[in-house]
Amino acid sequence: MEKRSVLVYAEQEGGKLHPICFELLGKAREVADKTGGAVACALLGSGVSGLAQDLVAHGADTVYVFDDPSLATFDALAYKQNLAPLVKEFGPSLVLFGATFSGKSLAPRVATALEAGLTSNCTAVELQDDGSLLQVRPAFTGNFLAHVKTKSSPAMVSVRYRALEATVRDASRKGQVVKREVAKFPSQIKVLGKGAPKESSIAAADVVVCAGRGLKKAEDFALVKRLADALGGVVGATRPLVDDGWISKDHQVGFSGTIVKPKLYIGVGVSGSPQHLAGMRESGTIVAINSDPSVALFRIADYAVVGDMYEVIPQLLEKLGK
Amino acid sequence: MHIIVLAKQVPDIEKVQFIKEKGWVDRKSADAEINPFDLNALEAAQQMKEKLGATVTVISMGPASAEAVLRESIARDADRGILLTDEALAGADTLATSYALAAAIRKLGAFDLILCGEKTVDGDTGQVGPSVAERLGIPHLSFVSELSEATADKVVAVVETASGSLKVEAGFPLLIAGTKELNSPRLPTLKDKLRARKAEVEKWSAADLAADAAKLGCSGSPTWVERISVPPEKKRKGEVLKGEDASARLIAALDKDGLLKG
Repeated sequence: MEKRSVLVYAEQEGGKLHPICFELLGKAREVADKTGGAVACALLGSGVSGLAQDLVAHGADTVYVFDDPSLATFDALAYKQNLAPLVKEFGPSLVLFGATFSGKSLAPRVATALEAGLTSNCTAVELQDDGSLLQVRPAFTGNFLAHVKTKSSPAMVSVRYRALEATVRDASRKGQVVKREVAKFPSQIKVLGKGAPKESSIAAADVVVCAGRGLKKAEDFALVKRLADALGGVVGATRPLVDDGWISKDHQVGFSGTIVKPKLYIGVGVSGSPQHLAGMRESGTIVAINSDPSVALFRIADYAVVGDMYEVIPQLLEKLGK
Repeated sequence: MHIIVLAKQVPDIEKVQFIKEKGWVDRKSADAEINPFDLNALEAAQQMKEKLGATVTVISMGPASAEAVLRESIARDADRGILLTDEALAGADTLATSYALAAAIRKLGAFDLILCGEKTVDGDTGQVGPSVAERLGIPHLSFVSELSEATADKVVAVVETASGSLKVEAGFPLLIAGTKELNSPRLPTLKDKLRARKAEVEKWSAADLAADAAKLGCSGSPTWVERISVPPEKKRKGEVLKGEDASARLIAALDKDGLLKG
């Protein structure tokens, strides 16, 4: 089988690696190990060199570091200017990005600069028996899976957070850290300030308790939050509640909000519109609580509780001793 | 000031039927509409036009029927609608799509700002906007949830990031891919719709683009869909719990599944 090396874009924000890096490294290692290829990471930012060792411990053979104050904030154009030449030089068969805000902003620029094929928001990347790479991605709001192949090399792919298995950290792993010359140019984008940190990261949560239209008023999110807290989870919401301004957008589960894959999803008063289901149907265990048993969410639930959320939640809290 | 908006025709995703056995979208089952995310881009263009007196040009690519998207755009105050339509453009992936769109933009000449939606509801790639920016050699901002302080040469934008958001000032030329939070698109009035019905929609073919034919449509697309499948529905337990002890049974079940660690 043809050697297949993999380059992973190691996304960091504020000097912290995004956990998707370790998931991408898991896939990168698998493809490289099966074909005798190598795994490299590209790490860009300011004062980020210290993160390279962590990437080695998670499976990188080589970490290319672009560390410069001009890269302190993410600018897709500046990052592309540095990343595209590295892709050319390293010559991977596969380049992996996280399908995150910045990953999805950067990947198309790099792919276009190299005239390389890019498949975004994948949920699986497979090395086939014939040595070809197959990308699987949901399309039409999750109703279909498109199985995509790339004619050109490298195949560039962005992968959804939590779709792949992360590698286990091994501090004894050895790898090479290579400092790269940073291409600088005047950016047209000037940072004025930082917005409020996101209240909750529903994408990263193991438990999401999501409220739908069954919620009667915004204040009742307090009840939903109590259940989420009792389960060590976070509060989610369907689009209508966000559109009505009852809760901030960071809480929105769905195709137009955040696609989540927690271990446990509990929908309270959620009917399950197609766009909502597209955002949570991959969850580990699905619980639906609704007084109307005909709702769409019941059809994909592991546990469907027929009952009024205003009665069921307090009962659950009592049983949980909270 | 010249603002360009990129828009796409998509099936109404809430209504469209899927022939699951065949892995087809039954496009006849639902009306085609303008991609909902593009309405926010059009609204942003309209607001800037009102404030700064810009000319707004909307470009779409698709079959002849996609003309409706440009009429919709004209009803929403766009000055000019251009449809790239040609067999040679069909079957384009995002790389070939951005190539055609960038060629059309170059043909239009000078511009200050390009606006588009963060993604489409059918393809869901979000790649075309940044890819067009790369082809034109201009900066771009993706996932913009707020625009303010627009002037003739720059704008202030709030950009969503993994952990929060950033407020940035960006000079023109620039491409912005906006989210649904950008604004609340207004509905066109009946009068606007009537005006749009009579307006001219320009149709450009591949030959009008001064483009390399090998980079258009299918032949310019490095990715191809080998097959379409229906996502394997995860096997769910489907236990219906009702009656007085439903809550207790749910807790017991979640505990047994090892999900009660909080």
